[in-house]
Amino acid sequence: MLELNATTLAFFVFAILSVGGALGVVTSRNLIHGAVYLIISLFGGAGFFILLSAPFLAAVQVLVYIGAIAILIIFAVMLTRSMTNMAEVVNRQWWLSALVGALLLLMLAVGVIFPVWGDGGLLPNQPVSDQVATTDELGAAFVGGEDYVLPFEVASLLLTGAMIGAIVLARDTEA
Amino acid sequence: MEQACINPIETLAACLISAGATAELASFVQILIGVLLISAFPLVLVILLIWVERKVAARVQDRLGPNRVGPYGLLQNVADAVKLILKEDITPAGADRVIYNAAPIVAMLSVLLIWAVVPFSPAHIGADLSIGLLYFVAISSIGTLAIMMAGWASNNKYALLGAFRVVAQLVSYEVPMVVALLVPVLLAGTLSMQALVRAQIGMWFIVPCLVSAIIFYISNLAETGRAPFDLIEAESELVAGYNIEYSGMKFGLFMANEFMHAFTANLLFAVLFLGGWSGPGAEQYPLLGFVYLMLKTGVVYIFSLILRATVPRVRIDHMMAFNWKFLVPVSIINLLIAALLIQITRLFGIAPAPGETDFVAHLPQALILLLGNLALIGGIIQALRSSGRRDRLAEQARSRADETAIIPAGSGD
Repeated sequence: MLELNATTLAFFVFAILSVGGALGVVTSRNLIHGAVYLIISLFGGAGFFILLSAPFLAAVQVLVYIGAIAILIIFAVMLTRSMTNMAEVVNRQWWLSALVGALLLLMLAVGVIFPVWGDGGLLPNQPVSDQVATTDELGAAFVGGEDYVLPFEVASLLLTGAMIGAIVLARDTEA
Repeated sequence: MEQACINPIETLAACLISAGATAELASFVQILIGVLLISAFPLVLVILLIWVERKVAARVQDRLGPNRVGPYGLLQNVADAVKLILKEDITPAGADRVIYNAAPIVAMLSVLLIWAVVPFSPAHIGADLSIGLLYFVAISSIGTLAIMMAGWASNNKYALLGAFRVVAQLVSYEVPMVVALLVPVLLAGTLSMQALVRAQIGMWFIVPCLVSAIIFYISNLAETGRAPFDLIEAESELVAGYNIEYSGMKFGLFMANEFMHAFTANLLFAVLFLGGWSGPGAEQYPLLGFVYLMLKTGVVYIFSLILRATVPRVRIDHMMAFNWKFLVPVSIINLLIAALLIQITRLFGIAPAPGETDFVAHLPQALILLLGNLALIGGIIQALRSSGRRDRLAEQARSRADETAIIPAGSGD
């Protein structure tokens, strides 16, 4: 059973932040409010990373998702002022998104939650791993020959390609 | 009991336990006092900082500065703060209430949270995170959010324009700042702030990372929105900027936040490049380390104040061009050169062993890196000179072509 200690308390605070923030994103009519709720939700996610002893991921979550992506969303919304007060909450694609959401939830439940933590699961009430990797080990794994050097380089290439594509799209044709 | 309480500044928890408190209570009290001290110190300091700033600016401009309230005008800011608190707190009619009121708090948080990872002395740091430097970068990006919230929620076009500039400026200048910070990280091999300071006991990082230090200083000026990069609140263009609709203590929070941010940026410069608390006797007497840190910060802070009072404001397109066409390439080349030289010195065995605190052991590597930095600075100056000469020649050629085009038209009259 759950013990009531500081970690459990922090877990519930972060859970409320992330789930409540996510609810706010989909229910608020004002897009800026939605973006601020998104930031709250992402903060909750950063908190989970800290609880899982992954401070590097927590800092990157704040830096990339809140510091860059959420700011960019707010910026885009601010430039389109007529979008900030929308009358209707649902549009014609509501059933499609509901279907995708339900399927995703089903997939998470069937694929991840039940096999690991369900009845007769792999790890009832047990941490997935007792090994705590440090940031140093994470960095070494990214560039180490046997570990994740290929995915790391492919991701870098993808980002570089996206960046060049953005520059090409934004450039004036005659320049 | 006596043993633990000889120096309660360092061993408060042990002292409380020996006095009869439980372990949990002792650590709770210790953390609570630490949090209160770390968050209250900058808030009290800022009152003094504003006085220092006004005095320095006045002296640069051949004025006296505040000199009526209290000795040397020291109490002027207390009077100003009281005035701000007493003023009517207005929320504009079209404003978004929640976001409008939350913005000053978020702005304050973005600066105060940085103080959690500043190593004040060998024994005193809020939290020595293994990712301390990354934490600082992540937290400072929240400051952008606060200003955007303020600008949008005010429902004022000047405030919104100010907020637009913030995104352009702060997000852009974060790039060279982070790349410049990678060089000290390469040298120290860690992201922890305390370990970064310890790696500087033998040699301050400003010597081997001169270019990084300069880039960090410049981009920090822009990050804090100080002159010559104070376009966020360019009075002549934006009336006041993102905080135009704020009044009373909410405006006061934004203003205090700006001064605190400027001081914090200089504090981090002292920590990352001027050796932080390191100095003679700092290991034995931690409070001496705090004094060293404040002295070093004071020197760079006064320098930034004189800079602020001296230089005119940069135009917005010049500022963006300066960042993307100059600072970013220079910082990337600087990182490559530093990484190469550090690897070479390690290969030849002249790099100091990790944890080496002897000045002489650090000398060969630091000198090689310094030479690399000076060569980079020389190359930059040469490239700037030749591009400037090209521009001048092109300008002359164009004006000569114009003259020859005009004369026949005039002679035909």
